[in-house]
Amino acid sequence: MNRLAGLARDPKIVIGSAITLLVVLLGVLGPLLAPHGEFDIVGRPFTHEGSFLGTDYLGQDVLSRVLYGGRSILLMSILATALGMVVGVTYGVLAAYAGGWVDELLMRTNDVLLAFPQILVALLVLSAVRQPSWWVIVLFVGLAHAPRVARVARGVALTYVRRDFVAAAQAVGEKRWRIVATELGPNLVVPLLAEAGLRLTYSIGLIAGIGFLGFAADPGAADWGQMTNENRLGLLVQPWGVLAPVLVIALFTIGTNLIADALGSHAAQGDS
Amino acid sequence: MSTAASHAATPAPSPEPDRRDTAQGRSAGRAWTRWILKRLGLAVLTLWVVSLIVFVATSALGDPVRAILGKDFAVSPERVAQIRAAMHLDESLPQRYWIWLSGLLRGDLGTSIANGVPVSELIGAKVANSAFLVLVVTLIMVPLSLGLAILAARHRGGPIDNAIQVVTLALAGVPEFVTGILLVSLLSTSVFHILPAVTVLPAGAMVWQRPLGLILPVATLVIAVVPYLARILRSTLVETMDSDYVELARLKGIPERLVLRRHALPNTLVPTVQVSALQLAWLVGGVVLVEYLFNFPGIGAALVDAVRNGDFPVVQALAMVIAAVYIVVNLVADALSILLTPRARTEMVA
Repeated sequence: MNRLAGLARDPKIVIGSAITLLVVLLGVLGPLLAPHGEFDIVGRPFTHEGSFLGTDYLGQDVLSRVLYGGRSILLMSILATALGMVVGVTYGVLAAYAGGWVDELLMRTNDVLLAFPQILVALLVLSAVRQPSWWVIVLFVGLAHAPRVARVARGVALTYVRRDFVAAAQAVGEKRWRIVATELGPNLVVPLLAEAGLRLTYSIGLIAGIGFLGFAADPGAADWGQMTNENRLGLLVQPWGVLAPVLVIALFTIGTNLIADALGSHAAQGDS
Repeated sequence: MSTAASHAATPAPSPEPDRRDTAQGRSAGRAWTRWILKRLGLAVLTLWVVSLIVFVATSALGDPVRAILGKDFAVSPERVAQIRAAMHLDESLPQRYWIWLSGLLRGDLGTSIANGVPVSELIGAKVANSAFLVLVVTLIMVPLSLGLAILAARHRGGPIDNAIQVVTLALAGVPEFVTGILLVSLLSTSVFHILPAVTVLPAGAMVWQRPLGLILPVATLVIAVVPYLARILRSTLVETMDSDYVELARLKGIPERLVLRRHALPNTLVPTVQVSALQLAWLVGGVVLVEYLFNFPGIGAALVDAVRNGDFPVVQALAMVIAAVYIVVNLVADALSILLTPRARTEMVA
């Protein structure tokens, strides 16, 4: 409990959560606040007509597009992170707990998967599926995280597997899955939350990056990643079409990374 | 290569351990040979699995002919048949994989679908350009991170340290293309108009002939990799400065500046090598979005184009190149960090 109270007082956590929350609220409530509709043409393309951020490549209102464009990308990032965490943690903890040749086999397989940079995984999938549905993006971004999460989870779990309380639980005759869930689980929470924060930071970067490359799930829809691609040509005359979504993404990643960093240093302290 | 036979007879000339402990010299050499062979074997195995995955992802999942012909696909069945034959598409999947893999091993990367040029010819210059970009970034990354870390550690807790900490932490998570766009709009559009926003090269020229166009891509990637490295190095330095042996050095009256340089700094060697390698491996993939943003003629932009055009021989070749470099960088980093850590060295020999 002491540790949790310490977390709530850490300025990095406070500022990070405030920034993250602000961006999430912007994404969720944005459509209610938008002065114009997602697809409304409010003026000539790349001019300062419309509301104060001007118009985009089709003459749609940039401010409204930014307010509409957060829901999908935030939701996809969170789902992809959750998927990567669940798969990776299960894999890593199993490997650590099993030990011996099972561990060796699982981790060697993992090393092979680690040989793919995440953006390469994304591009390989996109070369097969030209127009990915949103869940395809969630799936491969999540699965691209999994081997990295697995390595961290195994490392964290290994430091606890050999501890006395696990041995005691085994001696008492607890079932294996119960040991993993009740004895190992709570000790993994803070370090794994740190990892989740980091993965969320990378998720939004990767998903926005896919949009930036022009492979969005729903072309034409407002989306922070895709907007950077749509309005690139106007960067010289009307930079806000690109700058506004980019600044929101930067803000979000700064927030989540602050939280991840603070959780990471707390996990390191709790360890010693 | 002609001396391969004579080399095989004597164990590989392994550098450090032999010189340090002559009594264990032979067994150290043997341990190294065994370690390197094991890791090389694993690397080859990994590359083979990577080739399987790349092949399945690129050729089993999509229909390349449809991608090449586009609208013509429906109207000209004879063109379809022609291309299918040229690309061995009527063979079974394992056979196609074998044709591709044996070509790869002979150095034949296939022919580009988009313009009929051999892939090796198409990507040769781009690999060189990207390698140059990564090299320049690495050469800036290491000294800059070390400098920032030393500066922060020396003024620990002070405003300089805090400023460095806040800025590096904020930048550490920002996606590289976001940084790139911010740099472009700051330095080559609205605010200042001093640097070119895209790399424009005359045909046949290499990127180093136009250094001005390199500045923004290099700066973007440097900002992407330096924060993490600088933070790790700072915390290693600070931890070392708190340790007993450094305290003893201080008590002996050695000036702080010297304590830092002679006693604390050597301890950052291993993390520097390890994290630099990690960042280097990241750069191999990280160049993709940055190259696309700046229109930089390297493998990243080429990969994006090839994916968009359904040019799967090029996608396969570039994916293999990227994965191979990634694996080699990690291998070298592991070897170096064992070599540089005395404890790991003895453990391996024992």
